[in-house]
Amino acid sequence: MAEMAKTTRTTQADPVTGAEASAFIELDGVEKVFDVRKKTGFLKRERRQVRAVDGLSFTVSRGEMVGYIGPNGAGKSTTIKMLTGILTPSGGRLRVAGIDPSRERTRLAHRIGVVFGQRTTLWWDLPLIDSYRLMHRMYRIPDARYRENLDRCVELLQLAELLDVPVRQLSLGQRMRGDIAAALLHDPEVLYLDEPTIGLDVVSKAKVRGFLRDLNAECGTTVLLTTHDLQDIEQLCSRVMVIDHGRLMYDGALDGLHEAGESERTLVVDLERELPPIDAPEPARVVRVEGPRQWLAFPASASAAGLVARIAAEYPLVDLSVREPDIESVIAKMYAERAGA
Amino acid sequence: MGSWRLYVAVAAGGFRRYATYRAATAAGVFTNTVFGLILVYTYLALWDEKPQLGGYDQAQAVTFVWLGQALLAALAIGGGGFEDELMERIRSGDVAVDLYRPADLQLWWLAADVGRALFQLLGRGVVPFVFGSLFFPVALPREVSVWAAFLVTLLLAMLVGFALRYLVALSAFWLLDGTGVTQMAWLAGLFCSGMLLPLNVFPGALGEVVRALPWSSLLQAPADVLLGEADPLGTYLFQASWAVALLALGRLAQSAATRRVVVQGG
Repeated sequence: MAEMAKTTRTTQADPVTGAEASAFIELDGVEKVFDVRKKTGFLKRERRQVRAVDGLSFTVSRGEMVGYIGPNGAGKSTTIKMLTGILTPSGGRLRVAGIDPSRERTRLAHRIGVVFGQRTTLWWDLPLIDSYRLMHRMYRIPDARYRENLDRCVELLQLAELLDVPVRQLSLGQRMRGDIAAALLHDPEVLYLDEPTIGLDVVSKAKVRGFLRDLNAECGTTVLLTTHDLQDIEQLCSRVMVIDHGRLMYDGALDGLHEAGESERTLVVDLERELPPIDAPEPARVVRVEGPRQWLAFPASASAAGLVARIAAEYPLVDLSVREPDIESVIAKMYAERAGA
Repeated sequence: MGSWRLYVAVAAGGFRRYATYRAATAAGVFTNTVFGLILVYTYLALWDEKPQLGGYDQAQAVTFVWLGQALLAALAIGGGGFEDELMERIRSGDVAVDLYRPADLQLWWLAADVGRALFQLLGRGVVPFVFGSLFFPVALPREVSVWAAFLVTLLLAMLVGFALRYLVALSAFWLLDGTGVTQMAWLAGLFCSGMLLPLNVFPGALGEVVRALPWSSLLQAPADVLLGEADPLGTYLFQASWAVALLALGRLAQSAATRRVVVQGG
């Protein structure tokens, strides 16, 4: 698929927008406002506006693999729907491959692939291969290209024995692999994945992740991935965007999230006996005491050495350990702060 | 364009989807035959009392019954077409998948529904019709040209039937729960298509009105052409006018729905 993808690139690259190579997906102050009508009494209705996406700006370059995360209702799926053109932004500018998605939805559709983890594009009652034949016609894929891409997907996603099975009889993991293949037969330049590993077991998740990593590395397909599973991000994406209440809260490397989220490390101290909470120097503080064991939190950016030395000098220390913050608690903290604000 | 190959593939898929459910097809054949028997004995009694009722003789009335049973599933007059599925997709938000595809929503579902209708015409229609023709006095034409004209009216009936049910289905974009609309459409379909009683039996102004409504394109129009009671060209014109008007209305509703209405679900 690598060579084919390259030829697609050169033939489909838009000569008008030369800048496309650097910014493949561009959002500038994009907004989506929904009118929600609420019944407040007999025949009385109140109109309320909900800002699902509120001044969102970012760019994604060709070949990038970006994680797009946020709590439920943050605006992730609304963003994806605007990127595919099925929702029209209420304001701002949005371009994918130089195309305005909602104006030229059909033209764009030939260049993008979409997998909604909770929905399927496959024909429920019919064998898997029938859905692929339909893709062949729908995207007008040249016969040779279709066969080559199908063979590749069948091999890498282990679909050979599933092609003649009706989709309704597939397991969730099998169906997901089937859906991913369906989204790739027409060599899309960008793939949007909306929770592609939701509900999958560990083995199926590993298969899907492995395939996506190879796809991105070999074909240079741009991937935008929304997920609630942070392992997806840790294993696949060098860049992560966090969205909440329709706004971008973080955009950068995964490691940088710790700083942005003001995450804390934890020092666990075992003393000889039960003592009142340790009088720790700022900004460290005791967060929990349980018998002779005490937990101290301090900023992830600070060194533990000074703190440890001071405690060792002033308290009867038996043992200690330092716990690194995990990415999930960092993000949970980000969401919580935002909700409280 | 070349896109016709896509819609042919969609129609073929629609045909095969229904073909996979053999037990359901067999049960449907049985039901249509039983209902045909009940209606036939009712009609026989009625036409014994009132010969030439509505301009039909007894054989024509019996033919009308078996034709109705043959077309009931194909034209989804009593429900059971694509509309339940599309409404459920709108309600659940799965319609998002249909919308981002490089295909036209209306043509896509039309193709799928024509595939379904053709299967049900063959799978569910032929057996009750042949059964009725063998065991009851029927009035079938001998000329091939009449049968050909009848097939054209069937095709047009499929278009009108689809266009009506497409409007019903799209109402789900605004109503979310389309049960009420579906039931009203189902009642109107059964009554106004002539499925309960031929429309030419209806008296006075009521008869004039129901014969002018689009539902009469479904069963009454093909039946009258098959029975030699109507001029094929006039019938084509009547059916085609309704098809064009309703399909255009569906197109308007579709663009309003996809432009303004929220696609459900995250």
